[in-house]
Amino acid sequence: MAIIRVNPTRMELTRLKKRLVVARRGHKLLKDKRDELMRQFLDLVRKNKELREKVEEMLMKVHSNFLIARAVMSSEILEEALMFPKQKVSLEVSTKNVMSVDVPVLDFKTQSDDQSNIYPYGFANTSGELDGAIATLSEVLPHMLELAQMEKSAQLLAEEIEKTRRRVNALEYVLIPQLTETIKYITMKLDENERGNLTRLMKVKDMMIEQARQAMAH
Amino acid sequence: MYKIGVIGDKDSILGFKALGLSVFPVTQPSEAEKVLHELVKEQYAVVYITEQIAKDIVKTIDLYKDNRLPAIIPIPGNQGVLGIGMCGVKKSVERAVGADILFRDE
Repeated sequence: MAIIRVNPTRMELTRLKKRLVVARRGHKLLKDKRDELMRQFLDLVRKNKELREKVEEMLMKVHSNFLIARAVMSSEILEEALMFPKQKVSLEVSTKNVMSVDVPVLDFKTQSDDQSNIYPYGFANTSGELDGAIATLSEVLPHMLELAQMEKSAQLLAEEIEKTRRRVNALEYVLIPQLTETIKYITMKLDENERGNLTRLMKVKDMMIEQARQAMAH
Repeated sequence: MYKIGVIGDKDSILGFKALGLSVFPVTQPSEAEKVLHELVKEQYAVVYITEQIAKDIVKTIDLYKDNRLPAIIPIPGNQGVLGIGMCGVKKSVERAVGADILFRDE
């Protein structure tokens, strides 16, 4: 592991030790965040899968109903019947904070609450199949919106998990080893200096004693 | 006040009009791309795209994946389920976990 190029001084050592403490703490926090995000994501995505299966199945039913309706009626009449929608959907979007990820929460309101009053056409020249198709479709819509909300949340969470994981790994495998290596290098260098100094002092002392002895002899 | 849009071939999406959603019938992928770009700029919170159209403009859809809005959701058209929607779920699992752990058994 490469070490950071720094001057091996005591000041640098204290600085690096502080950085290491911060890095370790950050690593722990990010790791917790990642684990929690992952747990929530897996919950969400499992539900998402089930819901999607359900919605896809329901939509296929709607399509087959429409197919029959189109077979019974001419396409002009069908188009004319659906030309001016009576129902209006208004959508409110708020956000929910899931582990510091802003996920959208969709809240929709239909203009008329009456389920039997959603057909934008008179019943005279349309077939009953069309009614059935529209009715099932209006049943699917809440599920479709839920699906949209869930799927978007899953995408956003996935992105956040990817980012967090990258940060955790960068700290764990790059920054923290680098800091520990550098700290070790500086301590060893300082110790070595210390030993060098001690030996030098002992040598000087020996020389001074020798000189004093010679002076006494004369 | 946000809106909901539906993009796809005319026959698949006609019914959504009756429910008060904004419907954009398209035939060509390039046309769909143009419509999608416009919808993103306007106040659309959810855009549903039929899988038949979505399969040709996956790149454009991915472009808006990390934005908070709109949520671009593939739905099956009248020609059956192509599995693109499921594939999207699978992709986000792979992105988050690194491996596919939900669809292993299929």
